[in-house]
Amino acid sequence: MSLSLTVTRAVASRRARTRNYARNYWPFVIPAGIVVAAIIVLPWAFTLFMSVHEWRIGSDLEFVGLANYRHMLTDERFLWSIVRTLYFTVLATLLPMVLGIAAAVCFHRRFPLRGLARTIFIMPMMATPVAVALVWTMMFHPQLGVLNYLLTSAGLPPFAWSYSAATVIPTLVMVETWQWTPLVMLIVLGGLASLPEEPYEAARLDGASAWQMFRHISLPLVWPHIIVALVIRAIDAIKAFDTIFVISNGGPGTASETMNIYLYLQAFSYYNMGYASAIVVVFFVLILMVSLVLFSVRQKSA
Amino acid sequence: MIARRIRRAVSNFGFALAILALISPAILFFLWMLSLSLKTEVDNMAFPPVFIPNTITFDNFIDVFRKNDFVRYGINSIIVSFSATGIALLLGVPAGFGIAKSKATRSAALIMIARVTPGLSYLIPLFLIFQWLELTGTLTPLVITHVVITLPIVVWVMIGFFEGLPAELEEAALVDGATIWQAFRYVALPLARPGITVATILAFIFSWNNFIFGVVLAGRTTRTLPVAIYNVLTFEQVSWGPLAAAALIVTAPVLVLTLLMQKEIVAGLTAGGVKGG
Repeated sequence: MSLSLTVTRAVASRRARTRNYARNYWPFVIPAGIVVAAIIVLPWAFTLFMSVHEWRIGSDLEFVGLANYRHMLTDERFLWSIVRTLYFTVLATLLPMVLGIAAAVCFHRRFPLRGLARTIFIMPMMATPVAVALVWTMMFHPQLGVLNYLLTSAGLPPFAWSYSAATVIPTLVMVETWQWTPLVMLIVLGGLASLPEEPYEAARLDGASAWQMFRHISLPLVWPHIIVALVIRAIDAIKAFDTIFVISNGGPGTASETMNIYLYLQAFSYYNMGYASAIVVVFFVLILMVSLVLFSVRQKSA
Repeated sequence: MIARRIRRAVSNFGFALAILALISPAILFFLWMLSLSLKTEVDNMAFPPVFIPNTITFDNFIDVFRKNDFVRYGINSIIVSFSATGIALLLGVPAGFGIAKSKATRSAALIMIARVTPGLSYLIPLFLIFQWLELTGTLTPLVITHVVITLPIVVWVMIGFFEGLPAELEEAALVDGATIWQAFRYVALPLARPGITVATILAFIFSWNNFIFGVVLAGRTTRTLPVAIYNVLTFEQVSWGPLAAAALIVTAPVLVLTLLMQKEIVAGLTAGGVKGG
């Protein structure tokens, strides 16, 4: 939503330039501007500065040029963390998107107790992620966990969940999907709610089925909202931290060590502040690239 | 006629099942969390698992407060989230007004970048700065970093609300000789009260839930609740009942707030796609 609003705002501002009171309003923005500069922009400049330095606690700051960036190219653990991040991100974006769109279509219909059902549905995304992750961890327990009990009583083999390298990322994707499908649902639902009634009436008169109306009217019209949800979901999935940190802490071994987890370890376990800063820069560039790619998709389809 | 009625009943039943399928993962999860927190250790470690407690006990909750300094962590959480939300409102509401009225697109884009940036990238520089300023071990670094979350949320929600307000009222006030400040204070601000409510709730919840800033910046005595329960897990080893009770205590305020304020929360999230961290 944020990005699309920015675009409409750009258009609106061009129109309004003829009678510009803009200068009168700057005192309202200045205090927040100073704080944003101090706690958001300044850290960015500092990160860039640190990324070309070597610094460990107890020693002096040393300029190393691009050495930190070059190190990344040969750091296999880092390169694998990119692969894992992409693997996790693709799954943790697509599943919530599909389920979220389906849920939005359901919640768009009127039915008794809709408000309550919607509130229950968005509970997972409002609940404290750490608290939720801890309870999931207990449910994943291979011997005593409730999930394996349910699987075995249904006649299925037990699952290793977050306790095996092969299954840990799908397990984390499941938790992420449970938690963030509601945000996709809300954004798409907002889109559906803003649609006009007329096309549907016309289609109904022509004898269109519910699926045809969804496929040929709803979907094209809410497409911008779907893309916004997609961008937000993809960015949040790349940034996922709390869930992974608490449930698997990058393990077993390094099987679920995404860029964000590796970054955390480099910065706050090994205290390689220079190297970690360089990773932050690359990480941020990756996030920007993903958002730009997804937005060019939108431009082409719109 | 009857055939059509049957078909409709079947489709309604299918729809009810779909809704049930959508909300049951959330219901079952939170019920299981509640069940874990109310059971004795024997019930919790039983296999097959005990779904409905044989005896309901509140010992787990008592344990949480007796064995840990949970009251202090709760107070820390309250101080941090309230301060960060308050500061964000103080700065963000006028900023949202200014940006909306002057149609300053570029500053809005800056806010958006704050939404995209991973929380860890603020932490490295701020962690070093706080060390040099010798602020670590106090709540100040936590409040400051939480403003990184709350301020963009407040500004973003408020821009949307001020843009939606009719401009005529303020212009009328300005024509009558009011200053811009008066037009803001006596015309725009009272009208934007619903927006301020939405911004407050969302900023508070996302600050309350934040984990990453606390886990790096908080010392032994300055932990917020999410950090504290994480430490319960790592240092006291698995004792499920108290752990589930602690998790429930941490997240209960947010869940209650969501139930009470669901309309505002849905409105804010739909419009902004906001999420902190």
